[in-house]
Amino acid sequence: MNQADIIQAPGDALIGEAKKDAATSAAHKKAYRSELRENGKGKAALRGALFPLVLLAVWQLCGSFGLISATLLPTPADIAKTFYELLISGDLFRHLGVSMGRAALGFVLGGAAGLLMGLGVGLFRRLEQTVDPSIQMLRTVPHLAITPLFILWFGFGEFSKILLIALGAFFPLYIQTFQGIRSVDAKLFDVARVLEFSRSKQVTKLVLPAALPHILLGLRLSLGVAWLGLVVAELMGSSEGIGYLIMDARQFAQTATVFVGIAIFAVVGKATDSLVRHLEKKLLRWRESFSG
Amino acid sequence: MSEQLLNVRLPHKTFRTPQGESVTALHNIDLRVRRGEFITLIGPSGCGKSTLLKIMAGLDTEHDGEVLLEGKPVTKPGIDLGFVFQEHRLFPWLSVEKNIAADLSLRQPEVRRRVSELVELVKLQGFEKAYPRQLSGGMSQRVAIARALLRSPKVLLLDEPFGALDAFTRSHLQEVTLDIWDNNRTTMILVTHDIDEAIYLAGRVVIMDARPGTIRKTIPIDLPYPRKKASSSFQELRTIVLREFERVEELELVDSSGI
Repeated sequence: MNQADIIQAPGDALIGEAKKDAATSAAHKKAYRSELRENGKGKAALRGALFPLVLLAVWQLCGSFGLISATLLPTPADIAKTFYELLISGDLFRHLGVSMGRAALGFVLGGAAGLLMGLGVGLFRRLEQTVDPSIQMLRTVPHLAITPLFILWFGFGEFSKILLIALGAFFPLYIQTFQGIRSVDAKLFDVARVLEFSRSKQVTKLVLPAALPHILLGLRLSLGVAWLGLVVAELMGSSEGIGYLIMDARQFAQTATVFVGIAIFAVVGKATDSLVRHLEKKLLRWRESFSG
Repeated sequence: MSEQLLNVRLPHKTFRTPQGESVTALHNIDLRVRRGEFITLIGPSGCGKSTLLKIMAGLDTEHDGEVLLEGKPVTKPGIDLGFVFQEHRLFPWLSVEKNIAADLSLRQPEVRRRVSELVELVKLQGFEKAYPRQLSGGMSQRVAIARALLRSPKVLLLDEPFGALDAFTRSHLQEVTLDIWDNNRTTMILVTHDIDEAIYLAGRVVIMDARPGTIRKTIPIDLPYPRKKASSSFQELRTIVLREFERVEELELVDSSGI
């Protein structure tokens, strides 16, 4: 009996030990897996950064050895210095603020109009027949070609700038919203009829969610075009904004500042795009899609 | 037995082919459904059984007959006539519980209570938050049934709801459907092309003919529930139904047990 107890006891201890082992190894595995994933992310980021980094290094070296003219192509270090100076003087933020304000206002006006018009035309066939042909006709005119007209009509002021941005932002959202509504599965409309959805519920519970992937794509495209419109509007003449910063620097051959301006356009453009993509990921969680 | 709930009288229903010819889809249909009945409609493909169901639901109104629900004509689809489609047709952007609620808000305590009751009834506890893409075909179809039941329909119309499912899932869903019928006494009309399914579920099997679609015969099934597909009385009824088909030499039927 006693002996059995003695034999039993280490056995239990062993089992206990084994359980603990299993638990810790499971925890380890989990940690290991998330580490792997982190590593994977890090590697992907590294792969994306490789080319620009090599390019920057070569560029810097060429500049340092005097192989290229500093007026035409200042070195990355010079550009970084100029960036820093603009940053601490507050100029950068002032110009960036003005530019972003313009882009945002133009985008909101044009995008909202595009969204609403797209919804109306998508939902009502009569409206489609009345306005869509005209809108499609206007769409084929490159909106930058209308710039001279806007300047003639409204001068170089804020109004023509905002209008130019808004005009560009209108079309992508309009087309995508319209398309999105028209691609809603007709079978789901039968479901809505059987469940006696009210007309408003049909829009909010069926049409809008189904069209959302298209609408979000339209949002991204519109943002891109708004940004493009902003650059054109500011380059054509302004007294503040990133575009002005670039034009002003060009006149004094401050190439480094031109580079800073271009880089700012690129970074902010990419940031807003990432924001919408993030929104897309969150709102379209229900979708099953190929991720490569 | 009990009162009439649904009357369908269809002298004639034609289809227009793309070539412009008109083809008779349904002819001389007269079907009376009593409250609480379970009816299965069975027939070869092209016999118009799904068309008949859509007409009963008010989804197809281009015909010269009439459908009366409690004496009132059905002119458009609505929640009194619940409909379960062949494919589940769930909203892909809504979770299971939101799909069942659909246009109703889960924030209303009454809706929430009923939805969780139905989730339990169709045995989907634990999947309330799942999206349709995460569900199997059988589970999706159960959500679709729950969605129709939330509206307490007077009649539940099911259009080959288990046709696309594998044999195991199908027989499981047949059990679920019988459970629901037993609990709620909802009147059900189910279209199928599976003879076993038709006999297993129904109080009456309505056999249809093709070209033109007519009701060939109605066979009452008096077997007590739960039924045993292998029992001799079940097999006898099966033979009777099969003989009806052989008489017209229409054996396009899917014969699931392979006799």
